[in-house]
Amino acid sequence: MVKCWMINLPGISMADFILRALAAGILVALIAGPLGCFVVWRRMAYFGDTLAHSALLGISFGILIDINLQLAIILACLAIALLLVRMENRHHLATDTILGILAHSSLAFGLVILSFTDVNIDLMSYLFGDLLTVTTQDLIWIAAGVIGALILLGIFWNQLLTITLHQELAQVEGLNTGRIRLLLMLLIATVIALSMKVVGMLLITSLMIIPPASARNFANSPEKMALSASLIGCLAVCGGLLASFYLDTPSGPSIVVSAAVLFMLSSVLNKK
Amino acid sequence: MTIDGRQILHDIKLQIDEKQIVTLIGPNGAGKTTLVKIVLGLLAPTTGNVSLRKNLRIGYMPQRLHVDNSMPISVQKFLHLAVRAKVELIEQVLKEVKASHLLHSQLHSLSGGELQRVLLARSLIQDPELLVLDEPVQGVDINGQAELYALFASIRDRHQCGILMVSHDLHLVMSATDEVICLNQHVCCHGHPEQVSNDPAYLELFGKKQAESLAVYAHHHNHSHALDGEVVDGEVLDDKPAGHKHG
Repeated sequence: MVKCWMINLPGISMADFILRALAAGILVALIAGPLGCFVVWRRMAYFGDTLAHSALLGISFGILIDINLQLAIILACLAIALLLVRMENRHHLATDTILGILAHSSLAFGLVILSFTDVNIDLMSYLFGDLLTVTTQDLIWIAAGVIGALILLGIFWNQLLTITLHQELAQVEGLNTGRIRLLLMLLIATVIALSMKVVGMLLITSLMIIPPASARNFANSPEKMALSASLIGCLAVCGGLLASFYLDTPSGPSIVVSAAVLFMLSSVLNKK
Repeated sequence: MTIDGRQILHDIKLQIDEKQIVTLIGPNGAGKTTLVKIVLGLLAPTTGNVSLRKNLRIGYMPQRLHVDNSMPISVQKFLHLAVRAKVELIEQVLKEVKASHLLHSQLHSLSGGELQRVLLARSLIQDPELLVLDEPVQGVDINGQAELYALFASIRDRHQCGILMVSHDLHLVMSATDEVICLNQHVCCHGHPEQVSNDPAYLELFGKKQAESLAVYAHHHNHSHALDGEVVDGEVLDDKPAGHKHG
C-alpha cells in the first residue's frame, strides 16, 4: 500500500506540473498574440527585445532589494522604455543604436549586479525559461496579469489602432496619444514579465512576433489577425510542450521551434 | 516660433473665415508644416497666441499615411476608427469624395490618389468647420490633382467650412483658392491669388520665370468666356478680383 502510494505520487505531480505548464503557456500566448500584432505593425521588434534584455536588470534589483520579481521586471522595463524616449529626444543617434546600447548595457548591468548578491540563481532558467517549474502561485500571477492585460487591450483596442495608423491624426481627433503609448509600453512590459518563466528573456520577443507574422498570411482585418495570432501561439505552446515531454527537449526553445514551424507552414499554405 | 534654438516662424498673422479657402505656399523649410501644426494644436507657439472658435470641429488630412504592409485593414474599418462612425456615415463621406467603390478595399492596396481621397473622407467624418489639408495632392497625377481641387471647393460649399491648405505646387492651387499666403518664415505677402502673383516679394521668392508661367496659367484657369465674350467666373472662384489680364 505504502509502496503503491510512493509510486503514484510522482505520477500525480507530474500530470500536475504539465497541466500548470500548459495553462501558463496558453495564458501567455493569448495575450502575446494580439499585443505582438502591435509590435509587428509598429515595427517595435527590436524595442521588445530591448525590454526583454532589461528584464534581467529587473531581476537583479528585485533580488537585491527583495521585492516580487515580476513587479521588479515590469518596473525595470518601464524605466528602460522611459529612458529610451528621453535618449531619443536628447541624442542625435538612430533609434536602433540607442536600443542596442540600452539592451546590452542593461543585460550586462543585470549580470554584474547579480554577482554582488550572494543568491545563487539558475541563470539559464531566466534566459531560456523554465516552464515545467511553474508553481500554482506563479500561475495565479500569470492568470491575473493576462486577464488584466486582455481587458485593457480590449478597451483601448481602437485607440491603439488609431495611433498606430497615424499619431498626429489621432491627436487632432482628440486622443491623448502620450497616455496610449505609455499604456502600450506598460502592456509589453507586463507580458515580458509574465513570459519570463515560459520562454525566457532571450526568446520572449519571438512569442510576440512569430504568431502575428504567421497570422498575417490569413487575416484581412486587425481583429482577425490578433485572434489568429492568439490561436497560433496556443498551438505553438501545445506543440512545444508535447515535444518537450516526449523528446525531453527544453520547453522554452521547443515552443519557439514549434512557432517557427507554424510560421513556415503558414507561408507555404498562403502561397498555394 | 522657435524649435531647437532655430527660429522657424515669426510675425505670423493668419485668419481663416468661414467658407474661405486659404492656401499656404512657400519653399521647403518655410515653416508651412510648423504653422499647420500650431493651428491644429499639435505644437504650442513659443510666443503669441492662437485663437480658435470655441468647440471648433477640425478635420485634418495629413500629408501622407504610411500603412505598414503587415497591417490588414479595410477602408471601412479605417474610417470607422475616427469616431466609431456608423456604416451609413462612412458610405456618405466616401460618396462625397467619389470613392464609394473603395469601401471594402484594403488600405495598403490603394493608389496614391485613392489613399488621399480616403484620408479626405476621414477628415469629413466629424462634419468639420475647419478643414486642414497638408499638401493634399502630393503624389497624385495632374488630372487627379485638378479633380481633388474641385472636390475641395465642393466640400467647402457643402459643409460651409473654412479650408486651410498647404501646397508646394504653384499652378493648380492658385485657381482653387480665395486667399494665398506666401510664407517664408514670415508672411511675405498675402491676398487674392492674382494680387499675390504680381507681388514683388512673391516674385523674388519663387523667381520671375516660374511666377510668370504661373500668371499665365492662372489666367487660363481663373475664368472662362461665354460665347458672347462675357467673362464667366469658374465655380471655384466666386470672389476673384475684377482685374485680370487677357492674353
